[in-house]
Order: sequence, then C-alpha cells, then structure tokens
Amino acid sequence: MTTVASAAPGASTVSWHHRHLIDVDVVSWPEIELIMRTTEEMKGILARPIRKVPALNGRRVTTLFYEASTRTRVSFETAARNLSADVVSIATATSSVTKGESLVDTIRTLEALGAEILVMRHSVSGAPYLAAEIFGGHVLNGGDGWHAHPTQALLDLYTMREHVPGGDLRGRKVAIVGDILHSRVARSNIWTLTAAGAELWLCGPATLLRGMDRWAGAWSGGAIPGHGRFNVTSDIDAAVRDADVVMGLRIQRERMQGGLLPSLREYAAMFQLNAERVSLAKPDAIVMHPGPMNEGVEIAPDVAISGRSVITDQVANGVAVRMALLYLLAGSHEPAHAEAAL
Amino acid sequence: MTDRQIMTGDEIRRAIVRISHEIVEKQAGTQGLALVGIQRRGVPLAKRIADAIEEHEGVRLPVGALDITFYRDDLSLVAQQPIVKGTDLPFDLNGATVVLVDDVLYTGRTIRCAMDALIDFGRPRAIRLAVLIDRGHRELPIRADHVGKNVPTSREEIVQVRVAEFDGSDEVSIARQTRASETAPADR
Repeated sequence: MTTVASAAPGASTVSWHHRHLIDVDVVSWPEIELIMRTTEEMKGILARPIRKVPALNGRRVTTLFYEASTRTRVSFETAARNLSADVVSIATATSSVTKGESLVDTIRTLEALGAEILVMRHSVSGAPYLAAEIFGGHVLNGGDGWHAHPTQALLDLYTMREHVPGGDLRGRKVAIVGDILHSRVARSNIWTLTAAGAELWLCGPATLLRGMDRWAGAWSGGAIPGHGRFNVTSDIDAAVRDADVVMGLRIQRERMQGGLLPSLREYAAMFQLNAERVSLAKPDAIVMHPGPMNEGVEIAPDVAISGRSVITDQVANGVAVRMALLYLLAGSHEPAHAEAAL
Repeated sequence: MTDRQIMTGDEIRRAIVRISHEIVEKQAGTQGLALVGIQRRGVPLAKRIADAIEEHEGVRLPVGALDITFYRDDLSLVAQQPIVKGTDLPFDLNGATVVLVDDVLYTGRTIRCAMDALIDFGRPRAIRLAVLIDRGHRELPIRADHVGKNVPTSREEIVQVRVAEFDGSDEVSIARQTRASETAPADR
C-alpha cells in the first residue's frame, strides 16, 4: 500500500491534457511523472483485498486488436475492469473485418455502439492516428506496427524505477538488445528513457539496427526519436558491460524476410542474453523482456527465470500503468480538434 | 474576495482536544478505535486528535490516511482528473471502530466516497465522523458525530481551513466567492 509520502507538496501542479495516447513522444517529463505517481496509486489498489474502485463506473472501454496478443489485451481489459469500466473486446479474426470492413467503418460502428475509450492494436504503423481523426472518444495505442507501444515503454520505465536505487534513471546504463528495427517497444522506450536521462544503448545485428545509428548521433531536439543522444552498437559485450538494466527484445520471426538474419541459431550464438553475457552487467542489474519470449533465441531460459529477471514484475506493473492511463485519459475533456499534434 | 476569520489557531486546538474527549467518551475507552483522515487536511487533523488522546489516555491510536479520488461521483464532471494523494491504512479495519476525520463537512459527498472506500478495505464494526467545520448544505443523509464548530454559510461562500502542516499556520476563514468557477481545495 502506498504511503502519504506520495502527497508531495507541489505535486498537484501538473495535470493531464492529452485526449489520446498514441506515442510517448508528445508526453512531457512532468506528465510522465504524473503517470508514474498515478501508477503507484493503482498498485496500491491491486494490493487491496478488493482490487476494484468505481473511478470509471459506467464508462465504456473497447479493445480492438488487429494483431495477436494475450498479455496486452488481457492487461488492458483487467485494468479497465479494475476501474469498474464496461469492457467490450473485439478480436478482428472473428469480426466483420474478415468480411472486408475497413478500419474507418469499424471505428464508426464501435462509436455508434457506445465506445468511449478505444484501445487499439494494428499491424500498420500510424493506424491509431487515423483512428483518432475519426473517433469521437479517446484512442489509446496498444501497439502499431513498428511505430509505438507507449504503455509498454511506460511500464518498462516504472519497473526500472522500482528496481534502480533511488528510483532515478539519470546516468543509469540501459541496454536494449535484439530486433530493434521492427520494434515498437524500442522506439517508444527511446523517448521515455532519453527523457529520463538514462544512458541508452541499442544493440543487435547491423541488419536489425538499420537507420538507428543515424538517429542516435544526429539528435538535434526534434524530428527524430528521443530527447537526447543514445548509443547504437553490434558489440553486445560493450552494450551490456556495467549496465544497470538489460532488456531483451523478441526476434519477430513473422517479420524476418529478405535475409535480415542468417539463422536463428546464429543470432542466438552472437546476441542471446545468456548467463555469461549478463554477468558483464552490474551485479545488481535487472533483466527485462516485453514478451512473448522465444526462450533459447534472444534470451536463455535460465536468465529469464533468474533472480535478476523482473519479467513477471513487468506484466504485473502493466495492469497498474494501464489503469493509470485509462483513468487519466477518461478525465481529459478537450474538444475534438484542440490537440493538433495529438 | 473578503476574508473573515472564524477560528484562530487556539480555537482549533481547543476544538480538537474537545473532539478527542468526545471520541473516547462515546467509545467508553479507546478499545478498538482507529482514526482515518481524509486527504489532504483531514490527515493532519486525525494525527492531532490521536496526539490529544495519547496525552489524556496514554494510548496511541492507529492513524490512517484515505484518498477518495477513485470513489468520487463527479469524475465525469470535473475538468481534469484530480491528483491522487495516497491511501495508507496501517491496521486491520475488520472489527475496528473507525473515526473518519475531515476538515469541512459540506454536501456529504466526500464522506459518502470515504465510506465506500473504507468498506473496500474491510468491515469496520462502526464508522463515525469527526469534522472541524460543519457548514451545512447537505445533499446526502449524512451527519457528523463530532463537530469542532458549526458555521452557517451560504453556498456562495468558501470555507478555507489552513493547517500548519501544509499552509504554515492554523486558521479557519470564510470568504465570499467572486467568480462561480472558483473553489477552494478544501471545500467540496
């Protein structure tokens, strides 16, 4: 349970202004701190005998997932139910989408059926921006293509702050290893971790880092991801050495076309997070993975379940972060076009 | 806006001492009693009542803090989600006699929220209510068991409770609202 210490004076100066949350790029650091504080309160609710509060009583949350997902969808639905919202869940494989209904028509239909908050996952980068243009309520991105996965980045940040002494990531080394190219998790994490002041390293085979090196060094305060410079390397030992946080990313087999990887076995030999490589990190370093894992490919099974692994914490914190975001979004009442840049 | 003082720091102190005696008298002792302050200004007031009871009874009662944000019935009406301030109930509510403590009793809606929130943590034997100021205008069938001062007000007036812990000094004042949109944080 949280303590009254969280009632820090001055903490009440920030409020939430975003009608949608599609990526963390438009979220300021004080707003991220607000999300973190609200998440802390939500964790307090999850620790109670009755894990339910009436904050979103009668509000209607619809999850619309165009891509396979277990944890993200269930996490959002659990979060919405914990806030007493009414939840409608749509998996497109069993919906009219298979009959050729367009995204725009689907969203208009859902709005006519009463959806107020739309949690959406889509395989096309940018699809939620289109949804936000036509939907009268709030759009919360549950992952779009290679572009963004804001709730994952925020739960990652929350989990890191829980485990890093003092809860401050400034100057802490965070290594993200794996398929950076196709990773919306990495892209959203670049924003939050550079905003937090972490020393960020992205690591993977050169074919799966394409373009990142240009962004990393050329940061000029706009147009490219991140609030600061970060490092890009294919040298896994350099990336992991003395790290405070080591995060593995899934090798997305469904996206591995055109000879990006010689073989999974070669990837595992060169880049797998195994006990030997993780031992290069700081002794109290934590190991993270957004899931689902290909154990034996990007992460060794013994590392995934070791004492350093906080992978199950990430899943548990995911519910609290999503409760916080549903709560904050439900309270923003800006008119439809007030937020030009979303 | 014109400010009119209705309680000085000394008067607040005496009211808290009297309430502390009333609470013990009503319970015929301190057995099973616990104090829960409603965020924010109810929390220091609950601590002060516990201090006063400790002074004359020699028993330290458990003191908790309750945030009622997630239980408000007006979340869809306010412009922005209110900031959550933290709940901390470091004792078992089951079977306890809980005295809720708040600074101002007005419509009664805050107390309704607080009772809903408390009951989610357990089943208290009884819930009682102590407030520093009762300003009337109830919208729900709720009354206080212990009142520091009854203050007849009009709905256009704002009752401002200042406590040393947050505001530097102890004082209760009453002000006339100049714009309809203005509301004091302690006054809902």
